[in-house]
Amino acid sequence: MEAVSIFAAGLTGDVAGFAYGLAAIGPGIGIGIIVGKAIEAMARQPESAGMARTTMFLGIAFTEALALIGFVVVFLVKGA
Amino acid sequence: MIIFARALVFPPLSHILRWKDIFPGFNKIGVISVLAALIPLVLFGLASKGDPLVAPTGLKNLAEQIVEFIQKNVIEQTMGHDGLPWTPFLLSLFMFVFLTNITGIIPTFQMPANARLAAPLFLAVIVWITFIVVGIKHQGIKYFTSLLWPPGIPTGMKPLVGLIEIVSTVVLRPFSLAVRLLANMMAGHILLFTFALMIDTMLHSVPWLKALSFLPFLMLVFVTAFEVLVAFLQAYIFSMLTAVYIGSSAHPEH
Repeated sequence: MEAVSIFAAGLTGDVAGFAYGLAAIGPGIGIGIIVGKAIEAMARQPESAGMARTTMFLGIAFTEALALIGFVVVFLVKGA
Repeated sequence: MIIFARALVFPPLSHILRWKDIFPGFNKIGVISVLAALIPLVLFGLASKGDPLVAPTGLKNLAEQIVEFIQKNVIEQTMGHDGLPWTPFLLSLFMFVFLTNITGIIPTFQMPANARLAAPLFLAVIVWITFIVVGIKHQGIKYFTSLLWPPGIPTGMKPLVGLIEIVSTVVLRPFSLAVRLLANMMAGHILLFTFALMIDTMLHSVPWLKALSFLPFLMLVFVTAFEVLVAFLQAYIFSMLTAVYIGSSAHPEH
């Protein structure tokens, strides 16, 4: 019984970590694309760098939210 | 094998996020929030005094730099020139969020007030009410239809687009504003705590691990510097998103 509960506790920890890992894949790719394209735009047209940077931060904020929701959900599931 | 058996032992999360009351209903988070409200008040209050024609020095210089940053990088990039009357609102949001974030790395505080949901959620609700009121004020009752459908949507698409738009504007905007700030600050706080715990565990361990404990210390220094950046960036993003939301409900066609 003891062994089973320890195993279950370890498993939830692992699953939580695994779930966060999954949640980080998409936003990771997304932020990479956003920043890469923004740098490309800044290099092509340095005079519009300010606007590109603002839009880049906006895009990052929206994409990052997905990863952070994954992060919060892990704590919610573990805390429940 | 013994080393691996003695891995990091984490206390429950509430041990690093929950604080004892100083007096009933008022803990460290409350102190930080009150300070974060008072410091900008004093700073900009002092800076607004004196002859405006004399070149600014010291405190006044700092205050002018901050105001200029908000006007140039937050408002003009998102709302254009007619958004400039929103400077005081966005400035106070920026200062409050930044000061409640930066306490995460200031000794004696060591806790970002935004790592608890109360502060970010309250700020997000303020922003939510603000952009809806601005929308009603600028467009009247038409605001609710523009909330549902961006101009130029074919009639067949209207139910689907309307559902997506109303959920993303009314529910997801305040939720993501609050959760973004909360999760960023909480993640930073846990990261700092992890490396501090790692140093402590290694110092109470076998000699060769004791000798290596400078590695997590270097990492802790790096993460602390990174947290300054995160604190600033989150305050910037929070005020910028607020400006975008207010701008979009004042002028839906943009």
